Amino acid sequence: MGMEILVSTAKFLIVMTVILVSVIILVYLERRISAFIQNRTGPNRVGPYGLFQAIADVVKLLLKEDIVPKNAYKPVHDLAPIISIGAALSTFAVIPVGNTIELFGTTMKLMIADVNIGILYILSVTSIGVYGITLAGWSSNNKYSLLGGLRSSAQLISYELSMGLSIIGVLMISGTLRLDQIVQHQTMYIGGWLPNWNIFLQPVAFITFVVAAFAETNRLPFDLPEAEPELVGGYHTEYTGLKFGLFFLAEYANMITAAAVITTLFLGGWHLPYAENLGLSAFTLSLLQVLAFCAKVTVILLFFIVTRWTLPRFRYDQLMDIGWKVMLPLAIANVLVTGLILVL
Amino acid sequence: MGSNGTMIRKKDLTIWQKTYIPEIVKGLRLTISQMFKPKFTYNYPEERFKPAASFRGRPVLAEENGVERCVACGLCSRVCPALAIEVQASETELEKERYPIKFEINMVRCIFCGFCEEVCPEEAIIMSNEYLLVFNNQEEAVFGKDKLLTPVEKLHDRLEFLREHR
Repeated sequence: MGMEILVSTAKFLIVMTVILVSVIILVYLERRISAFIQNRTGPNRVGPYGLFQAIADVVKLLLKEDIVPKNAYKPVHDLAPIISIGAALSTFAVIPVGNTIELFGTTMKLMIADVNIGILYILSVTSIGVYGITLAGWSSNNKYSLLGGLRSSAQLISYELSMGLSIIGVLMISGTLRLDQIVQHQTMYIGGWLPNWNIFLQPVAFITFVVAAFAETNRLPFDLPEAEPELVGGYHTEYTGLKFGLFFLAEYANMITAAAVITTLFLGGWHLPYAENLGLSAFTLSLLQVLAFCAKVTVILLFFIVTRWTLPRFRYDQLMDIGWKVMLPLAIANVLVTGLILVL
Repeated sequence: MGSNGTMIRKKDLTIWQKTYIPEIVKGLRLTISQMFKPKFTYNYPEERFKPAASFRGRPVLAEENGVERCVACGLCSRVCPALAIEVQASETELEKERYPIKFEINMVRCIFCGFCEEVCPEEAIIMSNEYLLVFNNQEEAVFGKDKLLTPVEKLHDRLEFLREHR
């Protein structure tokens, strides 16, 4: 028992460190890539190629004064970023980053918590993240913050539906809610060569899920909660210093989680096609699979970033139109068609 | 309705176009191709902008064989719209007979219009290509002859340009 706790703690610490470090890298990449897209150079002063820019920014945020507006409701104002970051980080607990690995004579699964309702856990925890944003908007006592918070709650609720429904197709195929088994199911091959990834079996679900993931993580083209030209800064207008930093961190951690969930559900998770036939030792194979998982997540994150600098922001009514009139019917139709095919 | 009252019929989109997907792919292709194009940014302190000959930087006095060309006629001072130039003439043994004993340009006042250069009969005051002007106080901003005198070789490009286009 003591061993298990130790192992869980170790996994937890490793995953947290990796996420926090990758958030820093992600912020750097975002700024650098956006600069390249606009034919600029981006941050290139702090450290080699500006790699330490994000660290300098974090230090700056830590040293800044923490201002709470006079009419803000302080307890909730303090609580909101904590909810946000908590929800963003705890989602990662159920995501399998690799197959089982043998270390120190024991076999362990490469996920923090092996929950049997993994995907439901992810959906519910990401919904808790809405509270962070809404409460932040409300407690700031600022009309722009409030509007940002309201928008985000409306947006997230609308897209949660199509997100949940698009997952159902995947669940029907794999017949389980356990994420490791969903990945396990994707390691087979169709016709002996095409990996049995859900993106090939469920392309419509993939598209709806990715669009919903964009909306859930408040990324452009769905970043209405913080639409700068309309709402100043959106829900975090009245936040400074560390608390603003937490929101920032939560946003990027959410992106990483969303990318990881997309990878797990649709891109075969840690599955590296044909690697199991190469005759590698079990340990090397596990490591390779972890690397494959990271590579897939990175590709999706790059896609997130490039999309942000390609597409303009949707109007609020367009956003709702797409959510309710396009995504939801598409997801439902997908469930129906999948069901029909499975029955036949 | 168009501006002249005729109906404008927009082309109907096909279902494939209505999904936005072709346009999104097009946009992504554009942004990704832009990523690998050359950058326009100057890495400022290391890499500096090299102005063309037509650039009007800070005005300087041309110095030929160790003597300024200026004959202290005072036309530049007269034409200066910002009243930035102050000239005091004095006599000299040289062929030009007159020279400025004091020539000051107040760089806080100067608006870089280039009128002084245009009006100068001796090609003595020239707009250089220097654009880095930093002062800590008003006194420092008044440039005397020590700062203004520049060997005429350095102003070659600008003089060529002036002779061609003036």
